Amino acid sequence: MSGNKSKKPTSAPAKSGARHSKVTVNSQWKAYLQHHRLTAKDSLLRLLRSPGSSVMTWLVLGIALALPMTLFVSLENVKQLSRVWDQSSQISVYLKKGVLSRAANKLTEGISSLDQVSDAIYISPQQALKEFSAATGLSDVVQGLQSNPLPGVISVVPNLASQDARAMEKLQNKLLLYPQVESVQLDLLWVKRLYQFMELGQRLVWALATLLGLAVLLIIGNTIRLSIESRRDEILVVKLVGGTDAFVRRPFLYTGLWFGLGGGLIAWLLLTIGLYWLSGPVEQLISLYGSEFVLSGLGAEDSLLLIFDGVVLGWLGAWLAVSRHLVRINP
Amino acid sequence: MAHVRFDNVSKSYPGGHHALSGVNFEINQGEIAFLTGHSGAGKSTLLKLIMLMEKATQGQVLVDGVNLSRLANSQIPYHRRRVGVVFQNHQLLFDRSVFENVALPLRISGYSSRDLERRVRAALDKVGLLKKEKQSPIELSGGEQQRIGIARAVVNKPSLILADEPTGNLDPALSAEIMRLFEQFNDVGVSVLIASHDLPLIDRLNHRVIGLNGGRLEGERPAGALS
Repeated sequence: MSGNKSKKPTSAPAKSGARHSKVTVNSQWKAYLQHHRLTAKDSLLRLLRSPGSSVMTWLVLGIALALPMTLFVSLENVKQLSRVWDQSSQISVYLKKGVLSRAANKLTEGISSLDQVSDAIYISPQQALKEFSAATGLSDVVQGLQSNPLPGVISVVPNLASQDARAMEKLQNKLLLYPQVESVQLDLLWVKRLYQFMELGQRLVWALATLLGLAVLLIIGNTIRLSIESRRDEILVVKLVGGTDAFVRRPFLYTGLWFGLGGGLIAWLLLTIGLYWLSGPVEQLISLYGSEFVLSGLGAEDSLLLIFDGVVLGWLGAWLAVSRHLVRINP
Repeated sequence: MAHVRFDNVSKSYPGGHHALSGVNFEINQGEIAFLTGHSGAGKSTLLKLIMLMEKATQGQVLVDGVNLSRLANSQIPYHRRRVGVVFQNHQLLFDRSVFENVALPLRISGYSSRDLERRVRAALDKVGLLKKEKQSPIELSGGEQQRIGIARAVVNKPSLILADEPTGNLDPALSAEIMRLFEQFNDVGVSVLIASHDLPLIDRLNHRVIGLNGGRLEGERPAGALS
């Protein structure tokens, strides 16, 4: 047959290496890339040729990927919301009856010079009463009072840096030590609970993400296993004519990659549609509480990460399936 | 140096079945030989040992001076690329064209598309199927399918061709045609080993015959012995 070949001296002399069962490194590299392209295309076409089952798999993967991501986005939004509320968290320091305003002013100065405090404002009993009657519209009732029942209050805004629950508690204890102070009220309990809930939520997201990531691996692994079974003959022939393990593995890895990419895209689509659908009502609800809040969706980075995760999981699932099942097919 | 050499090779399977026992022979570079014997005599096993589809339980199989039992698993694909194999049941892939079937070994070996097309067409031309390259193998007759298998075996220009009952299902005229193809490859220096029980055809061709019976060598006949 080499006689047959030599009848066609079409290629340049430099290429003669390729005519003697030897392949130059450069051309081999080119062919390698070409084979990757071909395999990638062929794997995708195979998936598209059976659209029913492929779409089902993509949807399952999309849902599995979208679930933890939904929780993650919700948590990010709650965090953002709590940050808004945090800024308004104040400590009310109630003074004992009979503390004169001069002493109260001095105390206010002392408190505002504390490290953990960014600002402190003294509200005298008269001022408080005025504000109360203006805010409630109960001026008649207020005027009917014989004496001012309200104590003097120092409104303390804590330093932003020291706003974790424990630091706030420390500050509270410190303020209680002043002799003029009757009581210190800080709405910390709910802040504490919120932090606890968010920590719990974060762990839930991770647990769910791990479980569903595992589910994605298994789904893809199983799909690839079936694909390996259905292409058993091909694998045998490829191994018989000298295909390396990498060569045999390649189409299946690409199949997994396409499954993962499709799943990631569907998950992204589900999330985007869901967030769009929710954003109106959520913003209305929040505005009822007098807060400015915009539901934040998936940023470009998070979107890419989501799709990338899908691709990685798809590839990994395929790799696991292939390394388990391919060794069993031997000519 | 002998192209293929069997040194006291035995192959037994779990359960005690001895497929080959103490087989010694050599095939020289550029030689053509038939491997004969009843079914179950060990012909296929012998070919499988050369292809490393099986490993000898005893003795050594050497190809081009390389002891196959010393070959690492990762080297097996590269060994197989140097040997062209024709199977009785063709082992063609029906989900792709004739062209792609023949191109498979070249894709595996990493040929660029230009070299690949040239070589595939040359191989198809050799077996007379150039005009059917776009068809699916399933549309072709048994003889044509076998010729695709041969084209695939030779497209990588191996120096050794093995054939396992290549004429098993073919009528005498087609069988003779297939054998003529092997002879043509042999004419340009390729070593050929054909397992066959088509004794009339083998006698007519008068090449070297290696006989197997119950896993042992029996009835060796040198080339030209019948003239």
